[in-house]
Amino acid sequence: MTTLTPILSENWDREDSYTLEGYRAGGGYEALRKALDTDPDALVDLVKQAGLRGRGGAGFPTGMKWGFLPADNPKPRYLVVNADESEPGTCKDVPLMLANPHVLLEGIAIASYAIRSHQAFIYVRGEVLHVVRRLRRAVAEAYEAGIFGSDVLGSGFDLEVVVHAGAGAYICGEETALLDSLEGYRGQPRLKPPFPAVAGLYASPTVVNNVESIASVPGIVANGAEWFTAMGTEKSAGFGFFSLSGHVANPGQYEAPLGITLRELLDMAGGMRPGHELKFWTPGGSSTPIFTDEHLDTPLDFESVGQAGSMLGTRALQLFDETTCVVRAVGRWIAFYAHESCGKCTPCREGNFWMVQVLDRLERGEGTGADIDKLLDICDNLLGRAFCALGDGAASPVMSSIKYFRQEYVDHYEKGGCPFDHTRSTLWGDRATTTGGNQ
Amino acid sequence: MSEHQNTPGTGADRFPDEVVARLEPDAKEIISRYPRARSALLPLLHLVQAEEGHVSTAGMAFCADQLDLTAAEVNAVATFYTMYRRGPGGDYQVGVCTNTLCAVMGGDEIYSSLKEHLELENGGTTEDGKVTLEHVECNAACDFAPVVMVNWEFFDHQTPETARNLVDGLRLGKDVAPTRGAESLCTWKQASRVLAGFDDGRGGEGVQASGPSLAGLKLARERGWEAPDPDDLPSRPSDEEGGAQ
Ligand SMILES: Cc1cc2nc3c(=O)[nH]c(=O)nc-3n(C[C@H](O)[C@H](O)[C@H](O)COP(=O)(O)O)c2cc1C
Ligand code: SF4
Ligand code: FES
Repeated sequence: MTTLTPILSENWDREDSYTLEGYRAGGGYEALRKALDTDPDALVDLVKQAGLRGRGGAGFPTGMKWGFLPADNPKPRYLVVNADESEPGTCKDVPLMLANPHVLLEGIAIASYAIRSHQAFIYVRGEVLHVVRRLRRAVAEAYEAGIFGSDVLGSGFDLEVVVHAGAGAYICGEETALLDSLEGYRGQPRLKPPFPAVAGLYASPTVVNNVESIASVPGIVANGAEWFTAMGTEKSAGFGFFSLSGHVANPGQYEAPLGITLRELLDMAGGMRPGHELKFWTPGGSSTPIFTDEHLDTPLDFESVGQAGSMLGTRALQLFDETTCVVRAVGRWIAFYAHESCGKCTPCREGNFWMVQVLDRLERGEGTGADIDKLLDICDNLLGRAFCALGDGAASPVMSSIKYFRQEYVDHYEKGGCPFDHTRSTLWGDRATTTGGNQ
Repeated sequence: MSEHQNTPGTGADRFPDEVVARLEPDAKEIISRYPRARSALLPLLHLVQAEEGHVSTAGMAFCADQLDLTAAEVNAVATFYTMYRRGPGGDYQVGVCTNTLCAVMGGDEIYSSLKEHLELENGGTTEDGKVTLEHVECNAACDFAPVVMVNWEFFDHQTPETARNLVDGLRLGKDVAPTRGAESLCTWKQASRVLAGFDDGRGGEGVQASGPSLAGLKLARERGWEAPDPDDLPSRPSDEEGGAQ
């Protein structure tokens, strides 16, 4: 049986968990002291040995990314923390930064030292005011304690850290769009290669890592690579947040080894809400193809989820029960992609616009028998043909929902509209005594 | 970004000298945080929004002057990002999450109830200038669905009724506190100033974590589950069970 492994969330039930004092009480910043006595390259090797893979969605090995910085480039190096958290369903970095910002800051200090960077940025989405405050407060505490600034903890290493608030654009979570945004431009993705490691911020060597990836580093330094690999699977080592939301009895953050299954997580979370059954779910946010109850036993690691036809993504498990209309759910996600498309490439800009038209008319009961093929045709022109992964992500919910729930699309045009009573899927749906229309 | 129209800001083309003199030191301070000045553009746009409540032609001209950019360069950036208001709005921006998870959990009902209650369309502002209503995308709080954001602070687990009470309270000037955030709401302009990079000293207010954020930890405490002990490591679970496929 897999059990939970609270690590980054271990101190969240302390009222002062977000203060320097509260963090230090649990051994905080001791890993940094240890790191500063270690050769930077040995730290990169340690993270490689641990097998930490990026927690921001793509799962790229973190140590390998650090190792890609060219040794002979004389330009300054930068660490950029991706705290843009905007993928629908993803809700782990925000509570982490609210409750335990110092574990991220300790990770930043260690990572910067390891890659020999003297300037780090935290690019945090702007729409979370209190997170911005908490981060700034923690950064100020760290400066005061000599953790940031010149001569970090007396080691001779200098580090400046800036908290930078974005301004509302999902695409700025894509690492190259983020860099353009941080340089003061519209956030539009850049052509890769060159990758950020070679030409990132200000065309300098840059590492972009997710909040949770960087926050996982102090534990590895403190406890060793073997501690980390004692959790998870061979190729998906370690732990991560599994964020359960939707029609589940106890939604929330469950920190567990990679490879845990939804069946196990659901059991811990008290099952689906009483009297209802799981219909479909996303393993890793809206950009990952949906799963059904067939996949309850799929180990939630990068390989197994991939083999089962989806992606682990950000472990954002959005769970929907049988009261949910899949066409409506997908329609809303596509409206999101259409709104957030940066407009740079045609398949994404136009494809999402047209998919919204088709999905809306299906939901209104004005669809036809040709609409499913039309959607698949648009996806065909989108998947693998868009400039960045936002476009691929948009095809995921459409294609996977047609694969598992084609009949529901058919019902929408055959029955002349949505066959679901949407009020039944609300948080209060089971409490209501009356049922409304298909609103 | 299809909803971004190029409606120009209202009012004069330049800030009065007094405003420029007051904001310039702030702008310089922001710019000094970055290796290259242009990186300060997003914070500067938040700063001029803190001054006027939206990003006007005058605000953009101020940013352009500070960074030695053209008005067109600044305009191109300001119109790309949804958090910059193109025209005046209310003291409180009420954003109902209607992305899929929240919509299904009741966000749609909350949003339509508020539209009716306030007699507003998306982006509209009440006549008293207090509340601007809009629907927003996923705000990284799905485990607290349905979610409403006011001036980018969290109001978790809303219903149409609590949301109506919330906007009524805002209009009546009552003390309104987010569920996870500062002890009371600040205004839209004050929030914009924090986003520009000027702290209001309130980062220590409010809970560290609550409800769903603690669900897993609480269960682990009850059942005595912990991360492995680094001094007494078990063999890998996948080895024991023959490997997860
Ligand atoms: C449209 C889009 C949005 C993304 N949003 C985020 C995000 O909000 N946070 C994040 O860490 N990564 C996001 N990513 C992934 C980043 O591009 C990048 O892979 C990641 O930040 C690398 O960090 P990691 O290796 O530590 O995971 C997004 C990617 C795409 C295509
Ligand atoms: S896929 Fe979409 S978001 Fe990505 S570059 Fe093309 S238009 Fe922009
Ligand atoms: S869908 Fe509303 S917060 Fe994520």
